[in-house]
Amino acid sequence: MNRSDAAILPERQGFLRHLADTLWRHPRLLLLLMLAPPVLWLGVIYLGSLFALLVQSFFSIDEFSGLINYEFTLKTYRELLIPANLDIIVRTVSMAAAVTLAAVVVAFPIAFYAARYARGKWKAAFYIGIMLPLWSSYLVKIYAWKLVLAKEGILNWLFAKLHLTWLLDAYLSLPLIGGNSLSVSYTGTFLVFLYVWLPFMILPLQAALERVPGNLLEASADLGGSPGQTFRHVIMPLALPGVIAGSIFTFSLTLGDYIIPQIIGSSRLFIGQAVYSHQGTAGNIPLAAAFAVVPIVIMGFYLWLAKRAGAFDAL
Amino acid sequence: MSTALQFAGVSRHYGLVKALDQVDLEVMEGEFFAMLGPSGSGKTTCLRLVAGFEQPTAGHIEIFGETAEGVPPFRRNVNTVFQDYALFPHLNVLDNVAYGLMIRGVAKAERYRSAEQALELVALPGLGQRRAGELSGGQRQRVALARALVNKPRVLLLDEPLGALDLKLREQMQEELKNLHHQLGITFIFVTHDQNEALSMADRVALFNDGRVVQVGTPQEIYRQPNSRFVADFVGSSNVLPPDFVVSIGGQSRWASLRPESIFLTQAGGHAANVVAASFLGGSTRLSVEVGGLRVNLMLASAVQIPAVGESVLIDWKPEDMHLMASGA
Repeated sequence: MNRSDAAILPERQGFLRHLADTLWRHPRLLLLLMLAPPVLWLGVIYLGSLFALLVQSFFSIDEFSGLINYEFTLKTYRELLIPANLDIIVRTVSMAAAVTLAAVVVAFPIAFYAARYARGKWKAAFYIGIMLPLWSSYLVKIYAWKLVLAKEGILNWLFAKLHLTWLLDAYLSLPLIGGNSLSVSYTGTFLVFLYVWLPFMILPLQAALERVPGNLLEASADLGGSPGQTFRHVIMPLALPGVIAGSIFTFSLTLGDYIIPQIIGSSRLFIGQAVYSHQGTAGNIPLAAAFAVVPIVIMGFYLWLAKRAGAFDAL
Repeated sequence: MSTALQFAGVSRHYGLVKALDQVDLEVMEGEFFAMLGPSGSGKTTCLRLVAGFEQPTAGHIEIFGETAEGVPPFRRNVNTVFQDYALFPHLNVLDNVAYGLMIRGVAKAERYRSAEQALELVALPGLGQRRAGELSGGQRQRVALARALVNKPRVLLLDEPLGALDLKLREQMQEELKNLHHQLGITFIFVTHDQNEALSMADRVALFNDGRVVQVGTPQEIYRQPNSRFVADFVGSSNVLPPDFVVSIGGQSRWASLRPESIFLTQAGGHAANVVAASFLGGSTRLSVEVGGLRVNLMLASAVQIPAVGESVLIDWKPEDMHLMASGA
């Protein structure tokens, strides 16, 4: 038998060797070194500013001088409950809920196809199709939609060509969801929100569906489950974590956005616009902060409900 | 006894790949029928055609006299025990077992009672509240079995159900499955690549190779009278003797199969052989010898004096133990 001449424990000299050996012997030190920068970033800068905001919301503004009164009070939160402000909250939450529900309905078949059937180049086409809109500027997309939905826009033109202008007019004459044209109606705001946030629903949903083993669907069919029953009793419960993850995106992004409702929609305010105007020209930082806390509270409540409903049991 | 399952010229092709090609098969009611073969031989495809997960590209399938083509799995009164169990991870054991009954709209109290009974049948009572993920492999296997049996299927399909279990558990489950079959009296169709499993459990065995059924028969027939080299080699690693060797020892010009345990050492007569290798297997020793340029295996009882490697020995067998085969394939 030939024996290798290489040493069993080869020596290596120098600073790097000592560093490598030390880190190898003290894995906790390595972990600390790796985690410290992101934790500092997240903890101090991100959570710190969030906390500062939270504190602001407990101050109040002196109505006569316009100066901030640095005494803890719930006065600003009471102000949230006056009808004008409550309207803004209800409007925004309803819009976020509608966008989220529609996103689930639109995203499900796409995500299901991508997870179960698409292979090879079709899968690549799916990812590009979903991601491509995310690569272009958000503002460009919104203005593009403004042109699509405007009275002189392509949608109106299409309806006219199909002799269906009466249908569009009938729709626009509906209360609440109608308006002068689609681009100044809640319907327009809704469509653009849905378009812009849809990828954030499709991707987590697709990831969740991909993790559902195919033989569970076969097992359900084998035990007598029709496709509808299999969907209700197997696919939906197992995809629920993905739906929740996606809805966190669509819901919270809609709650916080202030550009889309400003460009497309009626001039009635959403939470994001309220925050923007209160912290800007109005100089009412406490009220802006209180408005900003609303989405956080709503999301917290939503997640708590989802957890109680067992949405994360399959994780 | 009536026919439970009939395949007539059934093929399942995927493009150019012939997963199953021109298969004729008949399974009787109440039979324990094994589909045996190496991986990719078409046995699982065959099972999936019965379950309804696949549709045949050609041929005709009848289940209890009814045409099965075009009938979706959820309208077939057959149930499957899946290879990796396919238990629902979001349901506890009891809800897993009761799933089929829940789908059919059986009231809650009644379906839980039936599910508990099914769990008792597979010797797993009182685990209903656990999650599938908290169970051991053997327990999951039993839950999968209970989940299928609770629906009282007329045919139970088992797709390599014991493949993931360790040896001891596997042997125990083999016995329990046989008992269950006896107790329930329904048709079991069992897919396996383990010839010992097929031989020890089944009433009849169909041997698959390359998408075709090579031989169907009782375990004894398959073992003692293989009809081709493939069967002889796959079932019990028989010694396959080529025609010229058979002629050289005074037989017909046909391929022959000779079981290792049929060969014995002798002091006079027989055939001169050279010992090439010996493996001690506990209860017996497998001896590899060379005879007339041919490598032959034989099984010796442990009590017999084992010759050393390189030694010359005389081997012999009873003429009736050498089985001439119809096909050289």
